[in-house]
Amino acid sequence: MTAFILRRSLQSLIVLFVMSLLVFGGVNMVGDPVDMLISPEADQMEIDRVIRDLGLDRPVTEQYWYFLVNAFKGELGRSFIFGEPALKLIIQRMPATMELALFSLLLAVVFGIPLGVYAGLKPEGKLSRTIMAGSILGFSMPTFWVGILLIMFFSVNLGWFPSTGRGETATYFGMTSSIFTADGLSHLFLPAFNLALFKLSSVIRLARAGTREVILQDYIKFARAKGVQESRVIRVHLLKNIMIPIVTVIGLEFGSLIAFSTVTETVFAWPGMGKLIIDSIYNLDRPIIVAYLMIIVLIFVTLNLVVDILYSFLDPRVRIKGAK
Amino acid sequence: MKPILQIENLQTHFFTKAGVVKAVDGVSFDINAGEVVGLVGESGSGKSITGFSVMGLVDAPGKIVGGRIMFQGEDIAAMSPQQLQSLRGNRISMIFQDPMMTLNPVLRVETQMVEAIKAHDSMISKSEARARARDALGLVGISAPEERMRAYPHQFSGGMRQRVSIAIAMLNRPDLIIADEPTTALDVTIQGQVIHEMQRLCEVTKTALLWITHDLAVVAGIADRICVMYAGRVVEQGPIASTISQPLHPYTRGLMGSVPSQNRRGQPLQQIDGMVPSLLNLPSGCAFQNRCAMVSDKCLSEIPEPIDVGEQRLVRCVNVGQEPAS
Ligand SMILES: Nc1ncnc2c1ncn2[C@@H]1O[C@H](COP(=O)(O)OP(=O)(O)OP(=O)(O)O)[C@@H](O)[C@H]1O
Ligand SMILES: [Mg+2]
Repeated sequence: MTAFILRRSLQSLIVLFVMSLLVFGGVNMVGDPVDMLISPEADQMEIDRVIRDLGLDRPVTEQYWYFLVNAFKGELGRSFIFGEPALKLIIQRMPATMELALFSLLLAVVFGIPLGVYAGLKPEGKLSRTIMAGSILGFSMPTFWVGILLIMFFSVNLGWFPSTGRGETATYFGMTSSIFTADGLSHLFLPAFNLALFKLSSVIRLARAGTREVILQDYIKFARAKGVQESRVIRVHLLKNIMIPIVTVIGLEFGSLIAFSTVTETVFAWPGMGKLIIDSIYNLDRPIIVAYLMIIVLIFVTLNLVVDILYSFLDPRVRIKGAK
Repeated sequence: MKPILQIENLQTHFFTKAGVVKAVDGVSFDINAGEVVGLVGESGSGKSITGFSVMGLVDAPGKIVGGRIMFQGEDIAAMSPQQLQSLRGNRISMIFQDPMMTLNPVLRVETQMVEAIKAHDSMISKSEARARARDALGLVGISAPEERMRAYPHQFSGGMRQRVSIAIAMLNRPDLIIADEPTTALDVTIQGQVIHEMQRLCEVTKTALLWITHDLAVVAGIADRICVMYAGRVVEQGPIASTISQPLHPYTRGLMGSVPSQNRRGQPLQQIDGMVPSLLNLPSGCAFQNRCAMVSDKCLSEIPEPIDVGEQRLVRCVNVGQEPAS
């Protein structure tokens, strides 16, 4: 197991390195941040000074080298706009995004699994068909558009939920989050639902497909032949088996949930790192873009590793192989 | 002796998009307490569906559409789901063909055994249930059962897994065990051990056994009586010795001819020509007509009724009593 984790960590480092090359190269190709940073009235002296200060007068390769050296020291540059370390700015906003992503995931799982299992058990039923049709909608409707609809309907027309921003936060167990206050929860619900919709649809589909496959297995029939209650057959025998693919996909796609939150955060003015990156892209604030992308990549590779480890806990057959 | 299971004219049909599949269509036979009955027939003849009908485990689109299944005086076909559930695994157990598939891969053997006990005795304590499970594993010849119980199914060999299934089937001391080809997936030496083990256990506990197989040699070795199925019907039944030495139905005769035997060494094995008719579209009259050497006009028009030929033997053939044409 240790060897496995070591090997995977090394792989992750290589992925990070390659990504940093791509990201750095990509960011240097689009637009000139100087235009954004300096007022049109500034004279040439002033412009040169800013360019020098930001290190933009050096060749790209040298800039990259500095970036790498600093990255090893845990510094990912300073924001051109805020003048603060990019990493600090992102990490400040990370809890809001994490809270949104985790709550979305919770919604997707809590609603997706029962709905999917039901649709799998009664594939011909009216309700099942409705669920599946809904999941297709969830897949195909653009997130920002659904977000706007949600605001119009639930905030503007019905007035049930606030339309924008993050609510009050409270701190419990050393964790500051808006899920601990009623106001926070009411602010969280709409954006979380918006972000969850896509994931909810895929959880429904996975749960349904898994159910339809597993329910035909001999071990389900054998469990029934033992006289085990039907509710237990579903809760234990079926659910434990369909959780394997669901956990894999949920885990692997958690990164995409964070990445996708940029859209939702923008629509709902959620003060997370997704909103920060969008603003930074508008302002060509290169260090923040680079740092953000690197953090996302890091999250992805870490999740991959965690899922592989988790997988071995869910499926005893994998556990044995891993131990050898 | 009073039979514990009486199946009368059982009809289990599958209502598929292509039409009605008459998987079981008029099956009748009895099983006495403690008796071993072999149910043989080729693939698709409806043996498993007969077994599942008795368990109340026919999956949609299948349905029991006719007949009675009397178990110790109660009609199973008319029971509520709750009644069926308390019967299954308690008074009637079932063992499946493929031991690689019957145990849930993600649950410990212990969990799968304890739940079978708790399903029928909600008052029993966990430790008591564990002890019973452990003893049951010991009985079927699994060494160090205490330890092995903690393992997952994939940590057992095929033969061992089938022993586990047998132990599970016997946990609640059922009166009847339906064994659906329990040794087909095992290699020959293990097969022998498992058959022997089952036979011994059922004898000790006086459990009746319905042994489903297409292997006549196995049936000949363990059964008291035999039922031969063809296309959803029992075409011949009777005590094992006389039925095997003097098969009366042309299909049974064909089956016997296709079994390798010491007495006919060197002679080519016979085979039954032709194909089983589609259960979707059975011919009127006898289902065996297209493969039978003795077919007559009567066979084409009427479904033969069981004829009692004495010595507790029943045959569904209009030609019974006449010598084969050859
Ligand atoms: N779900 C189903 N839908 C339609 N037809 C079915 C279904 N299940 C079984 N059947 C039909 O029932 C018939 C009898 O099946 P059964 O499993 O009882 O055969 P069997 O005698 O046990 O054969 P085998 O030796 O291969 O196990 C088959 O020919 C099959 O066509
Ligand atoms: Mg079968």
